[in-house]
Formats: sequence, structure tokens, C-alpha cells
Amino acid sequence: MLPEIGQFSLILSLFFALTLAVVPLIGYWTNNRLLLETARPLTFIMLILVAISFVILSVSFITDDFSVLYVSQNSNSQLPIWYKFSAVWGGHEGSLLLWVLILSGWCAAVAFKIRTLPEDVGPVVLAVLGVVSSGFLSFLLFTSSPFARLLPDVPVDGGDLNPLLQDFGLIVHPPVLYMGYVGFSVAFAFAVAALITGNLNSSWARWARPWTAASWAFLTLGITLGSWWAYYELGWGGWWFWDPVENASFMPWLAGTALLHSLAVTEKRGVFKSWTVLLAIFTFSLSLLGAFLVRSGVLTSVHSFAADPTRGIFILGLLLVLVGGSLLLYAIRAAQVKSTVSFGLTGREAWLLLNNILLTVLTLTVLLGTLYPLIFDALGLGKISVGAPYFNSVFTPIALLLIVCMAVGPLSKWHDTPLSVFFIPCLSSVILSALISAVLVYWYDFGLLAWISFTVVFWVVCLSFADWFGKVSAGTKGIIPRARQLPRNYYGMLLAHLGMVVSLVGIVLVSINSQESMLRLSPGESTSMAGYEFRFDRLEQVKGPNYVADRAHFSAYKAGEPVAVLYPEKRLFTTRQQVMTEAALDAGFTRDLYISLGEKLDGSAWGVRIYVKSFVRWIWLGGLMMMVGGLLAALDKRYRRRAE
Amino acid sequence: MRKVLLFIPLVLFLVLGAIFYLQLGKNTQYMPSALVGEKVPDFTLVSLETDQLVTQEDLPDGPYLINFWGTWCPACHLEHPFLVELADEGVIIIGIDYKDEKNLAQQWLAQKGNPYVNVLMDEIGHFGVDMGVTGAPETFVVDRSGMIVYRHQGVINAQNWPVIKGHLK
Repeated sequence: MLPEIGQFSLILSLFFALTLAVVPLIGYWTNNRLLLETARPLTFIMLILVAISFVILSVSFITDDFSVLYVSQNSNSQLPIWYKFSAVWGGHEGSLLLWVLILSGWCAAVAFKIRTLPEDVGPVVLAVLGVVSSGFLSFLLFTSSPFARLLPDVPVDGGDLNPLLQDFGLIVHPPVLYMGYVGFSVAFAFAVAALITGNLNSSWARWARPWTAASWAFLTLGITLGSWWAYYELGWGGWWFWDPVENASFMPWLAGTALLHSLAVTEKRGVFKSWTVLLAIFTFSLSLLGAFLVRSGVLTSVHSFAADPTRGIFILGLLLVLVGGSLLLYAIRAAQVKSTVSFGLTGREAWLLLNNILLTVLTLTVLLGTLYPLIFDALGLGKISVGAPYFNSVFTPIALLLIVCMAVGPLSKWHDTPLSVFFIPCLSSVILSALISAVLVYWYDFGLLAWISFTVVFWVVCLSFADWFGKVSAGTKGIIPRARQLPRNYYGMLLAHLGMVVSLVGIVLVSINSQESMLRLSPGESTSMAGYEFRFDRLEQVKGPNYVADRAHFSAYKAGEPVAVLYPEKRLFTTRQQVMTEAALDAGFTRDLYISLGEKLDGSAWGVRIYVKSFVRWIWLGGLMMMVGGLLAALDKRYRRRAE
Repeated sequence: MRKVLLFIPLVLFLVLGAIFYLQLGKNTQYMPSALVGEKVPDFTLVSLETDQLVTQEDLPDGPYLINFWGTWCPACHLEHPFLVELADEGVIIIGIDYKDEKNLAQQWLAQKGNPYVNVLMDEIGHFGVDMGVTGAPETFVVDRSGMIVYRHQGVINAQNWPVIKGHLK
């Protein structure tokens, strides 16, 4: 009975979404306030209905209702309860329901904050979100209902959740990632509402900014979590693979970063108006493209859901309506926009334009690399695959250039900046950072690439400090009161920029200063590597809730002192008869010790992989700093004012 | 003029959409290897028979075949007798026991005969990732100079063997 209520509730929510997509727009065109006012309650009801079906699906999982096809495919009575809950989004249907839940959550958040918008704009924004929601709800209902039943032949037990997904990282990674993906539909809705109402002035940029910053923060966290999960769960210590699905989350992030910056210029100076609208559409389209690539089976990837061409056709239709429709609207309306403001070559506008150009080039680089095999094949030129070498050689130099400019931009002033403003900080920073990094590189015997990277890192740190110090030391009030007066927005920017270089330090050091070896060890034997001694103490058999495992005990010593005990495991998941490697790691600020068990050899010996990963935590630490920076920017006081 | 320019994003999107449409439902699994023309990637694997570590240095002088298989793979059952025939004809085959368990693999070889000069265990599938393997059975042809010259996905049988043999020199 319950699953039918869930299904029914979804159908109802589709009706509410369709009403939301139509009625406020009629109200807008007929100037009928009553119809405009319906947008808010419609949004709330839609959220409640979707939430009801989500709760029902969760209940079906937790109570082991294997009569529901989706539950029987993705859960098992032996599964621990927290994984039963996270199994709700372990497959295509449930993850799409989560997507829709989060989408209606964002809609409701906009509806909740609608008083900060003018009376006729808010409902139009909600109506656009209603169109997006209708699209996803019909996708869910028509091609992938999670409530399909297996009646009357109810299976005794379920097929179990994929062991790769039985992990804390996978409980949190998809919801956070979807928060980011879906959040960009809010910025999209603002842009399209601006096109519909013709109010393409700078005010829409101000309304869209906090929403964009918040979604960007979530997406940053989601990507960080994904990378961290891949690192410890896949058992070979890599943290980024340029896999099509990783790229699918990275492209909206790059475009979203560009959008954040271009919204700032449009709001403050009223320039790049039509470009910013296009960028908002572009960012959202890339989120949709990600959904298409993952769920249609046009590309192969470790993340793919079961491929189904009907789903592919449906999302393609959705893309056509949403992206094609908004681009058509853009082509018709953007011609009316006139930018009259001019700016100089050294003004902040120019720096942000440079930021946008570089980020767009980076996005297109990744897009090209991801889609190239597909396009090549469609043109009948044969099959090829594009791998990490392409991305590393094309992406890295442009990204480094972007980071170099990222440090200078904040020093600049709107319109025009006297060159003397740049001269002293830049000259002293470049000398200082080149020297410090030369000493470091010489001391640790690193190469040229490390020297360049560290120079860039110190350059950003020096200039960020110079910028902050310049702001707080001017005037008479004293440093601390002035530092407290600077807006959250500014500190958000500073933190995100520093996070970027913290990640860069991690990326550079983990690739040049890590050590790994694969060797054969028996209990009692030991080996040394990178200044550590690893001893294989013993091996035991353990039984988990739904697996049995060989667990090894390793002790790590540095200079004779014990530093860590590690327990890598080899698990056999009993339901699926699947063997999984559970790596053990000792996390540290400057290094990770990472051990994964390979194959069992003759007698008591095992093939063991040991890695000492240098500064790898910094990659994700930087991601966290960027996320906090984004949230700070989203929470800036000036966005909370009510509309007059 | 500017009005026309504003339609460019729409046009580009429609072209891309058409390409996606053409690609839907195609078999994306088939890929000739990017490794054709390259040396065999570096590896360290354990030999099933001797339990010794084996690296790319220990590979025979070509030409030979690298065959990915597993006891879990139904198509490998079909392929196995033909591999045994090939081995009897003197073809050198390196077996990679892919994502499999050691004792099962040993039983399999004991029962069905062992066509391989050496069987290496790739239990987690690292080497499979390096070689770009998407499933089993899958076979790579390595020529006299140690270069990968051909990749064959699926079962080797009397029909397709002449093509594969053509690369084996």
C-alpha cells in the first residue's frame, strides 16, 4: 500500500509543478496579482508531496519491502541500517528522486525568500523553476519510477547494494553534489525570468549572487568528497581520474566559478549583462549535460547507471526544451540589452573579464576532451579515447595562468587602476616567492615544475596578504576594527582564493613527492620506505554484517618510534560474492600512509601495496576552504535586504 | 549583425544535441585499444603457479598473446578449448586471471588444461585498468618488438583467428 501512496504523491506533485509552471506566468502577462500570489503555496505543496514519496521510499528500504523492484535490486536484509537508508540513492531511480527532492527544496527556499524580490519577479522565477521541476518529475514518473512492484512473486531477499557504495563517503557525496548541481537551476531561473520580464538590468545579478555562491559551495564540497572517496575506496590512492562523470561535475563547477565572478561585475558595474545571462544558462546546461551523460549510456564510465536508450531520449528532449528554449529566448531578447559603461584595460572589469575568458577556455577544454570520443564516433571517424595526458597537458598551464591572475585581480579598482597600485606589491611578491620556492626546491631536490608551482603559491599568498593589509591599514581606526568591518563577501573571496593554492600545494606535492611500492610480505616481516618502517604483525579473519574479511595488522615506525597501526582488509561480500579491497590509511597533515592488500600468495605471504602520499590532505583541505568561502559570500548581509 | 550572432549558442547546442541523438543506443562498449602501437604498460603481478612477482621485464620475446580471462566469465569457458589448441600449435599465450580467485583458477586449469606459458593474477583489476580492459575474455597481440599491435574483444574462435594470427608476427 505505502509504495502506491508514494507513487500517487509523485503524480500529484507533477500536477502541482505543471500548475506552478503555467499559472504565475499567466498572472504576469494579465497583470493578475492573485494568480501571481499562487506561486508560493504551489511550491511549498510540491516540496511536501515529493518529500512524502521520498520518505515512503526510505521506509520501504528500512523495512526490507522487497516487493518494490528498486528495493530488491539495491538492498538486502543483511545490510546495516544506515546503508539501507543511503541505498535509497544507490541506483538510478532513487537518485533521481533525491535529485527532484533537492530541486523542490531549492524552489521552496526561493519561495521562502521571495520577499527580497520585487512582486512581479519572484513568481516568474518560481514559474521557471516549475518548468524545470515538471521536466524532472515527468522523467522520473515516465521512465524510472522507483515504486514499481514485483507482485505477486515477492523475492525472499534483495540483491544487495553494490559494495563500492557501502561507505560513508557515498552516503554524503551524492546529496551534496546534487545540492550543487541542482542549485544552479536557481541562477538559471533568475536569468530566464530576467529574459522573460525584460528586466535585464543589474538587479537580477544581485538577486542571483547569493544563490549561485551557495550552490557553488555545495558543488565544491561534493566534488571534494567524491575525490576523497575515490582516494580511499578504490584502493590505489588516486584522487582524480578525468573520468567522464568526474568531468561532468567539474564542468558546471568551472562555469559556475566564472558565473560567480561575472555576476559581480554585472551587479556592480552593469557590464557584461548579456554574457552573464548566457553564462547562467550555460552553467545549468552543463549540469543537465552531466545528468545526460551519466544516465543515457552514451559514454562509458565507472559511475554509469544501467544504460537505457529511452531514458537517454527523454533527457535529450528535456535538454532540448530547457536549454534550447532558454537559448532561443536569449537570442530574441538579448539584442535589446545595451551596455554603455566603458572601462579601462587595468580596471577590475578587465581582470574579471580575463577570469571569465580563462575559465570558459578551461570549461571548453574539459568539454572537448569529454565529448571528443563521442563526436569522433558520430562522424564515423572511428573510436578513440581521451585520457589524462590530454587533460594534464592542456588544462594545467591555463589553470596556472588563471591562478597567477587570481592573485592580482583583487588589488585592482573598478574602472581604472593606476599602475603604481600593482607595481610594488607585485614586484616584491614575485621576488619573495621566487626566492622562497627556490630555497625549498633546492632543499628537497625537486624539479622545475615544482619551482614554478611553488612560486605561484607564494605569489598568491603574498598578494592576498598585501591586499588585505592594504585594506585594513588605510585610515586611522586601527587594524582590528577595520578588519572586522570588511564584508563577509571579501573574506569569502580571500578564503576561496587561498583554498585554491592550498589544493595546488597538495596536487603538486602528491604527484612529485609520493612513494609507492608493491611487495610480498608475510606476517612478521617488515619493509622500509620514505623514512618509515612498516611491519606486518599478523593476519586475522573478521566477520562484518554482510561480509567476511581477512584483516592485516600493520605497524608503522618512524626512527624506531611507533606512529600508526593500520588494518587493511580484503572483504568478500557474501550476497554478491564480490571481493573488495578496503585500504587502510593513517592520515596526517603532511603525509598519508596508505596500505592496501593485494593478492594472497603461497603460504602466509600477501602482495601488499604501500604508499606514502605527500600532502595529499591539502587537496581536500583547499576544497573545504573554498566551500566555506562560498558560504561566507552567500551569507553576506547585503543580500538580505527586502525589495522596496 | 549582432542579432544573428546571438543565435550562435542555440545553433551550437542543436548541433551537439543531434550528435547525442545519433549516439544513443549505440554500443559504446567497443573500443579499439589506445595502446595499439605502444609497449605493454609497467606492471607487477603475481604468478599463479610460482607465486613469484612478475614485471614487464619478464615477458617473453614476442610475438605472443595476452589473454584476460576469469573463472567467473561464461564466454571464457567457450574460448578455453580453442586456446588449448593454439598452445599445442606453439602460440605463446600469457594469461591474466582477471578479478578472480586463486583456488578457483587453479582448479579450472587443472580440469581444462593450461594453454598459458604463465598465468598472472590481477585480482583487483589494476592491470586491467592500465590495459583498458572492459570485460573478459579480451586478448592483446604483442609483436616481436614488444609493441601491442591488435586488441580483440570477446571469444577467439576458428572464424576470427585468421585475422588475429595475421597480426601475430
